[in-house]
Amino acid sequence: MSLLSDPRFAEALSHLADYLGSHLRVSIAALALGLVISFPLALLARNRPSLRNLLLGLASVVQTVPGLALLALFYPLLLALAALSLRWFGLSFSAFGFLPAVLALALYSMLPVLRNTITGLNGVDAGLIEAAKGVGMTERQALTMVELPLALPVIMAGIRTAAVWVIGTATLSTPIGQTSLGNYIFAGLQTQNWVLVVFGCVAAALLALAVDQLLALIEHGLRTRSRARVGLGTATIALMVGASLLPSLAGTSARYVIGAKTFTEQYVLSALISERLQAAGLSATSRAGLGSSVIYEALRNGDIDAYVDYSGTLWANQFHHQEQLPREALLAALKQDLAKDKVILLGELGFENAYALVMPRKKAEALGIRSIEDLARHTAQMSIAGDYEFFSRPEWAALRDAYGLTFRAQRQMQPDFMYAAVASGEVEIIAGYTSDGLIAKYDLVVLDDPKHAIPPYDAILLLSPKRSDDRALQDALRPLLGRIDIATMQQANLRASGSDAESSPQAVARWLWSKIAK
Amino acid sequence: MPRTPLITYDRVRKTFPGPVVAVDDVSLDIAEGEFLAIVGGSGSGKTTLLRLTNRLIALDGGTIRIGGEDIGGLEPVALRRRIGNVFQNGALFPHMTVAANVGITPRLLGTPANEIAPRVDELLDLVQLDRKAYRDRLPDELSGGQRQRVGVARALAAKPRIVLMDEPFGALDPLTRDALGHDYRALHDKLGLTTLMITHDITEALLLADRIAVMRTGRLVEVGTAAELAASREPYVTELMSTPRRQAARLAALLPESGAA
Repeated sequence: MSLLSDPRFAEALSHLADYLGSHLRVSIAALALGLVISFPLALLARNRPSLRNLLLGLASVVQTVPGLALLALFYPLLLALAALSLRWFGLSFSAFGFLPAVLALALYSMLPVLRNTITGLNGVDAGLIEAAKGVGMTERQALTMVELPLALPVIMAGIRTAAVWVIGTATLSTPIGQTSLGNYIFAGLQTQNWVLVVFGCVAAALLALAVDQLLALIEHGLRTRSRARVGLGTATIALMVGASLLPSLAGTSARYVIGAKTFTEQYVLSALISERLQAAGLSATSRAGLGSSVIYEALRNGDIDAYVDYSGTLWANQFHHQEQLPREALLAALKQDLAKDKVILLGELGFENAYALVMPRKKAEALGIRSIEDLARHTAQMSIAGDYEFFSRPEWAALRDAYGLTFRAQRQMQPDFMYAAVASGEVEIIAGYTSDGLIAKYDLVVLDDPKHAIPPYDAILLLSPKRSDDRALQDALRPLLGRIDIATMQQANLRASGSDAESSPQAVARWLWSKIAK
Repeated sequence: MPRTPLITYDRVRKTFPGPVVAVDDVSLDIAEGEFLAIVGGSGSGKTTLLRLTNRLIALDGGTIRIGGEDIGGLEPVALRRRIGNVFQNGALFPHMTVAANVGITPRLLGTPANEIAPRVDELLDLVQLDRKAYRDRLPDELSGGQRQRVGVARALAAKPRIVLMDEPFGALDPLTRDALGHDYRALHDKLGLTTLMITHDITEALLLADRIAVMRTGRLVEVGTAAELAASREPYVTELMSTPRRQAARLAALLPESGAA
């Protein structure tokens, strides 16, 4: 089958204008901001060794922070700032998506610009600077007529490095709500759609190359005093930014924004919600790949309108409760917590996606393990794998303490790879998800939790405070409540983890609706 | 001295952090139209004295007057635009054409472009460079001698009365150096310039200059014409003045007698 006729390729292509445009906007804005800040700083610092060392040191430290973490850190920072700004100045702004992404990426772009500007200017022959003054230039004229033109190749090399870094790192802005080419990569990784992953990577690389070459053209034009080259390069970049603004200027932006976290089930459920809204004549768009901590705040602030969360997750992680409650009591208590934030709990979908310890059925039977209590006797020789957050979640601490679990080794994995890893014996136990279709596929068994150390995780549909009186929205979504049982969700998730045309979140959402609408 | 002094150094002193006394109590008059060579070893203070003259650095004591005016009261940038400056190795701006280099000071003075272009051509003629062939070249495309000719043209562009030269011909091969020195001296006379030229080569100083100032560890040891210097009893000056003759004697011994022009 040729790649071009692959339906997944067509699907990827259909999002290109949106993703590429957003990616370009956020990258160029970040780069421009980074330049505007770091260029004057470099001029200020070049003859002040202590300031220079301080700035370069700080910029280097920023560079050592992984891009994903830097982006993620800006979100809570801006949330706090937004709250302060609202309280002090009555001004509110969104801490979601564009703003944190631009700020974090701008910070990221500063090191190469700072370092190359300082290095380039300090590398100019002292004899020429003396000559510039000698022929009667002022300090400023010496800078603009002699020093900057001579340092230009080094400075432009820094700007080009920054551009490539920013465009590459911008793919990581998806989890904080900024649409980018990273949407392909995050969605593809979660749903094991490698066509999407490759598509996203190639698109980002091509964009980086294109911008780099345009900057090279501008540099060459500046050096050879060719206005045509400078003009062409600048105009093309301006045109690209302009073109990326067109879709949003057209004004047909969707009315409702549906959030999704970073795993398969969330992609399917957000597609299902979007599909139900469209069926009711409401326009909807999805913001997928959002981090767990980002998504709830985004809903509370009205940056997204609806998403599906899980009762236990909110209980332990968002509201920091330690105590264990039975299912109904927890839901009731959670409802009160949500009400304080004015977030609307529309209802439960009907299934639970709980963390659970999972192992191969045959091995469990051979060892006589049925519950976590049975497992505890064997764990010293076993290794366990969990997703990236599991081992730092309060549920794991509760589970470990309740049963006295001590494993030989702990590993963190991409969720979709855990099941294969435990089936192949790479690890003995995984912390899986009860609604995952791969449990059945690999013939795995979920171990009982007789001490109820793991809280209940009912899937609940949440709406943002500003949708409290939106009857149309609520009526469109109410048919989903209580209709999705665990077996149906497992099947849907299994379908979505396939790699054919029927496995796109939209196709699975349609299948899911056909099952529950009966 | 019959002519009136154009430049006067009066007990000039400059100390650099360290502290190093770079110029120590130097007093010197330079007449209008005079060609003065400043000779001395490295660290003798000759370059510092030159840089004090157009206020590239500030003095710590004494006064420098040009045309009777204390330069301490002048705006440094305006002062530098009035004084021609020829640097070691030319110090041409490598990203500018010959024409742009030569025309830089008039441009800084706000001279209109249509007046700068003919002035540049005139200057290229003056330093004996073909205007059509060289105007649009970059400094990298010139030989060392051509570069320094452009350097001289640049220094003369704004019609200065005074030209400061810091080892202008030091890095050139002997033939080019001799020719350039000779040509510059002719320009000096033709344009009625007042020239201060630093050199570490006493022979060059003797051949080009009207008077020679000898500096050592920041102090002015002696100043005078070739004949006056030859009569000096300062050991350093005597030693310096004997060098050309000693070299000539050694050369005479090395070279065959016949064939000498």
